[in-house]
Amino acid sequence: MDVKVIGKHEKDARACRDALALTLDELMAQDKRICYVDCDLMSCVNTKRLREHYPERAFEAGIAEGNAAGVAAGLAATGKKVFFHSFGTFSSRRCYDQIYMSAAYAGLTVHVLGSDAGVSAAFNGGTHMPLEDGAMYLSIPESTVLDPADYAQLESITRQLPGIEHGVTYTRFVRKGVIQVYEDGSTFEIGKGVVLHESAADQATVIASGILVDEALKAWEALAAEGIAVRVIDMFTWKPLDEDLVEKAARETGAIVTAENHNVTCGLGSVVANCLARRCPTVQEFVGVQDRFGQVGPQDFLMDEYGLRTADIICAVKRVIARK
Amino acid sequence: MDERRIKELAAEIRLETLRVIHSRGFGHVGGSMDLADVMAVLYGAVMEYDPKQPRWEDRDWLVMSKGHAGPVAYATFGLMGYYPKEEAYTLNQPHTKFPSHMDRKLTPGVDLTTGSLGQGASTAVGAALGNKIDGRKSRVYAILGDGELDEGEIWEAFHFAYAHKLDNLLFFVDKNGYQLDGPTDDILAHSDIAAKCAAFGLYTQEIDGHDVTAIYEAIQNAQSKKGVPSCIVLDTIKGKGATFAEPKREHSSQPKEEQWAEALAAAEQALETIRKA
Ligand SMILES: Cc1ncc(C[n+]2csc(CCOP(=O)(O)OP(=O)(O)O)c2C)c(N)n1
Repeated sequence: MDVKVIGKHEKDARACRDALALTLDELMAQDKRICYVDCDLMSCVNTKRLREHYPERAFEAGIAEGNAAGVAAGLAATGKKVFFHSFGTFSSRRCYDQIYMSAAYAGLTVHVLGSDAGVSAAFNGGTHMPLEDGAMYLSIPESTVLDPADYAQLESITRQLPGIEHGVTYTRFVRKGVIQVYEDGSTFEIGKGVVLHESAADQATVIASGILVDEALKAWEALAAEGIAVRVIDMFTWKPLDEDLVEKAARETGAIVTAENHNVTCGLGSVVANCLARRCPTVQEFVGVQDRFGQVGPQDFLMDEYGLRTADIICAVKRVIARK
Repeated sequence: MDERRIKELAAEIRLETLRVIHSRGFGHVGGSMDLADVMAVLYGAVMEYDPKQPRWEDRDWLVMSKGHAGPVAYATFGLMGYYPKEEAYTLNQPHTKFPSHMDRKLTPGVDLTTGSLGQGASTAVGAALGNKIDGRKSRVYAILGDGELDEGEIWEAFHFAYAHKLDNLLFFVDKNGYQLDGPTDDILAHSDIAAKCAAFGLYTQEIDGHDVTAIYEAIQNAQSKKGVPSCIVLDTIKGKGATFAEPKREHSSQPKEEQWAEALAAAEQALETIRKA
């Protein structure tokens, strides 16, 4: 792991999806076992290039996610390393049984990609807004679930995925308009949380992932200005969870706030709470979508509407410290 | 059917659809504009409904299974008096009643929620079945995309509709030859769509989807068939009547303001031409 934080809170001019598309393009050139299956959404994640460059290994399965997932599992059975993409709603809900049974249960690895994570589905609205996709993949035994924060992290993850040959993996990501948290070339290790701020005076720990990482970093700044020290962890791997890091943070700071672009009833907050209940019961507050459906609108509006902001994290930190 | 009036209505729907999407600046133009003619026939000459009581029990139902065509439905409902048509100019704004994909909890006139392609075919079957059980004369019209036919669920719905003899159910397939990533033949080629629908037991006709008289006659013809569900394959042009979208058969469009101005002017002109004819 080699991580450099930029700290400017500025949007990346590049689209995050290119971290996936360009990296996969490179990986497919090196490893002929890698295949790619999409469901009529290549244009949305810039992977038409894969079909152009590797027509014998990159496929359009059409708007038929259940079949596509089954095809991916069948390809995996012949020794292929298969990536499978649709919007997060459709690569989870629309093909869940095929992924569960034909891939995971059958002991076949498929790398599932879900674009437009959470509120980033913005103008496509509630029907396209995956707020439970993480939950569905968390509940599959032996799975890996990832919620990267930005371009560099998505790129680093993409490079590691072909090396995972056990269980299904699920990576939920935002197509574009993402704040650049990490410098290019930063590397991350799947399964290891990233400590972004830490001091002996920390009174609480914010554990965030995805687009909430930048909000957590801004909350750290505002709280520091008020004299409240907090630890900040980027927990881009929801599963397998870095339980040692969670326990250490709980023991050393005594209070936890989780922050996620997902329904709080069944996502990052839940896996953290599950870990804490077993290893170190600790007060916790949950920032995220509070058991609501998605809706249409600009992403900025939705982040306000669902309480996914710096201010929400700051309030949660103060609440949790008061409960210690 | 008053052909001139229905052609005029279709032109009004096209103009209004553009206005609805223009209010937000971008959206699913292609797959909305190509449905203006069938919407004009359905709402202008075929369907029974009461804009003042959108959930009137004896109404006919519309299920826009290709839910991204919301704007053409919002335009039509506005013109037919479900709400002042300008209300739909809040498309995709915060707290709007008019989201990209059609939502029965939000918009007067929307009978079933759609957006995940394939699912509207099944819910349309359920609605037709329920109306039949209750002995209502209501008919259910469901509009599917040709790309949407990739979903296996569509064919499961056809199978069920045939087995249960749902002659109060009519599917339209908007055969514009394009889906999101490009031409349907290049993404996942179908064999003959009409032949496939017929093979599932649907009474199937294929017509020019921009000829309002042909659409009207095909619907009448379908409704005279007892004991079988029907299907009308509409040969259409994706983006029909939107100057910036039609040439490239665009799926979603975000034209520049001058392109919008040109498209709106062309749609106004088209309407004027019909009115003067
Ligand atoms: C289950 C599902 N998968 C993917 C999508 C994303 N999507 C929206 S529209 C579209 C293409 C639809 O093509 P078609 O049915 O031919 O519609 P038309 O060309 O008439 O607009 C896709 C893939 C979706 N809405 N639902």
